[in-house]
Amino acid sequence: MIEPRPDPDQLLAQVQAEEARARRGRLRIFFGSCAGVGKTFAMLEAARIVRAAGTDVVVGYVEPHGRVETERLLEGMPHIEPVTVRYRGIVRREFDLDGALARRPQIVLVDELAHSNLVGGEPTPRHPKRWQDVEELLEAGINVWTTVNVQHLESLKDLVTQITGVRQRETVPDRVFDEAEEIELIDLPPGDLLARLRAGQVYLADAAATAVDRFFRMPNLMALRELALRRVADRVEAAARALPAARSHARLAGERILVAVGPDAQAEQLVRAGKRIADAFDASWSVVYVETPALLRLSDEQRNRRIDVLRLAESLGAETVTLGGPTAAAAILEYAETRNATRVIVGAPKRKGWHAWFGPSTGGQLARQAQRFDVITVAVDERLAAPATADLRVAENARPIHWRRYGAALATTVACTAVAFSLYPRLDLSNLVMVYLLGVTIAGLRFGRGPSVITAILNVAAFDFFFVPPRFTMAISDAQYLLTFAVMLTVALVIANLTASVRQQTRVAGARERRSVLLYAMSRELAATRGSSSMALVAVRHIAEVFQCHAVVLLPDGHGKLRYPRDAPLDRSFQGADLAVGQWVLDHGRQAGLGTDTLPAAKGLYVPVGDERDRLGVLAVLPSNPRRVLLPEQRHLLETFASQIGLALGRARLAEAAEATLLAAERESLRSTLLASISHDLRTPLAVIQSAASTIAEHGVGVDQQTRTRLARSIETKAGEMAELVSNVLDLMRFESGEVMLRRDWQSVEDLVGAALQRMDVKLARHPLELRLPADLPPVYVDAALTVQIFVNLLDNVAKYTPPGTRVWVSAIRDEGLVRVRVEDDGPGLPPGDPARLFDKFQRGSAEGTIVGVGLGLAICRAIVRAHGGQIDAQRRPEGGARFEFTLSTREVDA
Amino acid sequence: MTRAPHQILIIEDEPVIREVLRVLLVREAYRVIEAPTAARAQIEARNHKPDLLIVDLGLPDGDGLDLIRRIRAWSSIPIVVLSARTLEEQKIAALDAGADDFVTKPFSAPELLARVRAGLRRGARAPSGDAPLGFGAVQVDLAVRRTHGAHAEIHLTPVEYRVLESLARRGGMVVPQRVLLREVWGPDRGQDTRGLRVFISSLRAKIEPDPRRPRYLVTETGIGYRLCPDDAADAATAGPSLER
Repeated sequence: MIEPRPDPDQLLAQVQAEEARARRGRLRIFFGSCAGVGKTFAMLEAARIVRAAGTDVVVGYVEPHGRVETERLLEGMPHIEPVTVRYRGIVRREFDLDGALARRPQIVLVDELAHSNLVGGEPTPRHPKRWQDVEELLEAGINVWTTVNVQHLESLKDLVTQITGVRQRETVPDRVFDEAEEIELIDLPPGDLLARLRAGQVYLADAAATAVDRFFRMPNLMALRELALRRVADRVEAAARALPAARSHARLAGERILVAVGPDAQAEQLVRAGKRIADAFDASWSVVYVETPALLRLSDEQRNRRIDVLRLAESLGAETVTLGGPTAAAAILEYAETRNATRVIVGAPKRKGWHAWFGPSTGGQLARQAQRFDVITVAVDERLAAPATADLRVAENARPIHWRRYGAALATTVACTAVAFSLYPRLDLSNLVMVYLLGVTIAGLRFGRGPSVITAILNVAAFDFFFVPPRFTMAISDAQYLLTFAVMLTVALVIANLTASVRQQTRVAGARERRSVLLYAMSRELAATRGSSSMALVAVRHIAEVFQCHAVVLLPDGHGKLRYPRDAPLDRSFQGADLAVGQWVLDHGRQAGLGTDTLPAAKGLYVPVGDERDRLGVLAVLPSNPRRVLLPEQRHLLETFASQIGLALGRARLAEAAEATLLAAERESLRSTLLASISHDLRTPLAVIQSAASTIAEHGVGVDQQTRTRLARSIETKAGEMAELVSNVLDLMRFESGEVMLRRDWQSVEDLVGAALQRMDVKLARHPLELRLPADLPPVYVDAALTVQIFVNLLDNVAKYTPPGTRVWVSAIRDEGLVRVRVEDDGPGLPPGDPARLFDKFQRGSAEGTIVGVGLGLAICRAIVRAHGGQIDAQRRPEGGARFEFTLSTREVDA
Repeated sequence: MTRAPHQILIIEDEPVIREVLRVLLVREAYRVIEAPTAARAQIEARNHKPDLLIVDLGLPDGDGLDLIRRIRAWSSIPIVVLSARTLEEQKIAALDAGADDFVTKPFSAPELLARVRAGLRRGARAPSGDAPLGFGAVQVDLAVRRTHGAHAEIHLTPVEYRVLESLARRGGMVVPQRVLLREVWGPDRGQDTRGLRVFISSLRAKIEPDPRRPRYLVTETGIGYRLCPDDAADAATAGPSLER
């Protein structure tokens, strides 16, 4: 039997997930039905026991509420000093997350998981909610014990409100509760609780004191207790079910629930109801929002509510989708069928007045057309509807009214009237109406709904005024025209509406298509780009365009610390991105900033680029309109862009690594060649020097003056050659190690050549040289010393490889954006073979010989020219001799 | 005519180079003092008040740049750096620290002696206004701002004169571009090296026999310029007699 080979990537992912789980701290929740059941007390008691057993337990934050028993238990427990946070005159002591992370105890106690931090306080808390602090602790591998009341669970919020009539503001996502390692239910019978309350043993905040009478009633307490017990029982059951096989496996085959929400106030309740139903069926679930043409016209406030709803859904574990379609029912139906949904949850219709008469509700339509799924209609309690609270800090402008379009609408009426006038005597009145209807259709297609409605009304008025007898009055002679007007207006309005809808839908579809085209465009351009920083620039350009934002891709340096890009910023670059926030995102691999759970007060949104194993950078965006990135759908699109960038950067990194390996190998071989070459070229002059010097030293007296001078001269020349060789080798090494920084400035070619000739004066004394530099040569933007080195090396070659008397020309001509420089001679010319090979290291004109130089001169020239972004090549002159040509830039460039 | 010989302090830790320098300089009739360390150099400089310093940058007890800065704090003695540091930024650092010129190792004897002469000249005529500068057939009299060519008077612009003055003030020593810009145009033009180049090349057109292969107004690539009038040596020795 053939075993299927496990996919190594999958195995690796599995191992990593397990490792991550093992590294992650464990969360233990002391869970109660309401305040006063003794959760904190139980937690502290348990803590004292494990501490006695030698575990490092630290109290991170516990509110003793002035209760004696709790305070007694706290005595002698090590604790982390809370930080003092100031906010608008309020001073509060808060849990010190960084203190706890630095202290790294085995277990830390953090009371009240649902607590909200003072966002905007001083110092600014990292997360708005305490459960997020706890998540970070867990991620750091620290075990956390905490307390939660049942009314603080997000999915039970509505139920609790219905039971008690008190709205809960502070909630904890069910995910946190579900993922806790251990839930300890602290149960106290309601009778005992009431007794404790009456005995003053339960602390109540002042604000809550007024609600005491309403809240702490027997029926409330019993209901809450039942809720808590049931929630824990559900968890136990789920755990039992998850044991034999992976949970997701059962899900795949089983239920899939779709919650259809609209932009109305009941959406949040629908989502929570969806969560409860999904939990009950152990199903995966999605929340679907359909953007119909009608919904596109909603106020910004309502559209922002959608952001809230979809974010809530995501926090409860739902997948969120925004669909486009002519009607909500059609879009949901199609989506439900493609995704094999088994149940679709809709809100009970809330239509009032004439709407109720006009057509069936979305739920009704779905119920009628559904074949493969059930439709569940959930009644929602209007009183529970929460106002929209989308966290949009940038004020949005109201949609501008396009006065020009209304002007165009008026012009349409005028045009229709003009046409009708020209046709008037020949055509019937009933046919003139057609002209006006045509005008409405055009207005609908071109100018949108408002203007086309105006056209419809104006057209009826104009028709009446200009054509219906008596003409040029609004009066009518025959009552049957009233019917004509009514029909004309109705038809015109319907046409206006329909055409405007078509137009709007086309626009929506167009926008969607544009987005995917843009994503494709970015991927394609990234694929064609080399180097991380150039890729970052390409990405910024595309993202800035798609999301109407300023963006920047921050890349880490060799030590994993984020740096600002060194390239010149584009005009859509997000300058002033917060490196500290970026660093957090890079280190944790999670989003932060605007619209997220972490540091929501930051100016922009920070998205990690790359995966768990390879954190490649951070994408920071500063949207001009926060909705552009806050909508989950938009956020997902941004994430898609980020992952595309991640892929590209990963590719770049691999390429860089490969190149580095290649370079290392090349350097290795260079080193050995260099050693061989140097040993020859260094030993030869050394031998001369040594023998000459020893001759002078030992036989100085016996040697005549003339010989002594000759020997000393040869020492001088050989030492000179060695010095030149050493400096060549050093220069090349400097280039190879990438140490050379170009110090570019404006230089005149004449000046550069002059400086080179000055240095070559002696060596070239016997080579007649002619300069051909036109007077109008533009200045070049180069590193002066290095460019002079090019001339020196080229001229030095002439001096070395051509016989005295060989003529030399140095010429330059201007070209598009550069100057072409030539150094040529009429000497013996280049050696046979590919002239380009001359620029490789250790190539020289004549293979062996007494000429010193190790063949580095041209290699250095090429390195310098390339560092300037130019080109150099060697040619055989047609009339004999060698010609070297290179380019110097006349444009200011950043290098 | 006989004057007390110039005293030159050699600060160099390598004994062989010290020896070579001593032989060279003594032959040119200079008096030589030697110091192998920076600490010793400071003492010798204060005791002997030499006319010129030759400083190696790599000293056993400290960086030569520090030494230059310390000496510059109390004295304006000409300082010539003799160092194996060949990169421009290292040269510029030395000039910024207060050195007047530099010669890189390995060095040729004539070059070093020329720099020493230029340095002493710079020290001798701190206040400007002296003999005309000779550039082959061209004579420039800075005192009256007049320039004569082989056949006729040559017109130099005021800025060109200022450039020449600034260069001449330092004898044949290198003048960094930055210094030149500041002295000619004031502190505001800081970075306009492009403009400076234009003036240099127009000056060369007027005073150099072959402007493309300048002999007198020499570019020190990446650093600055130096002015080497051909009769500089004569002018220096003949200086006192002319004044009389």
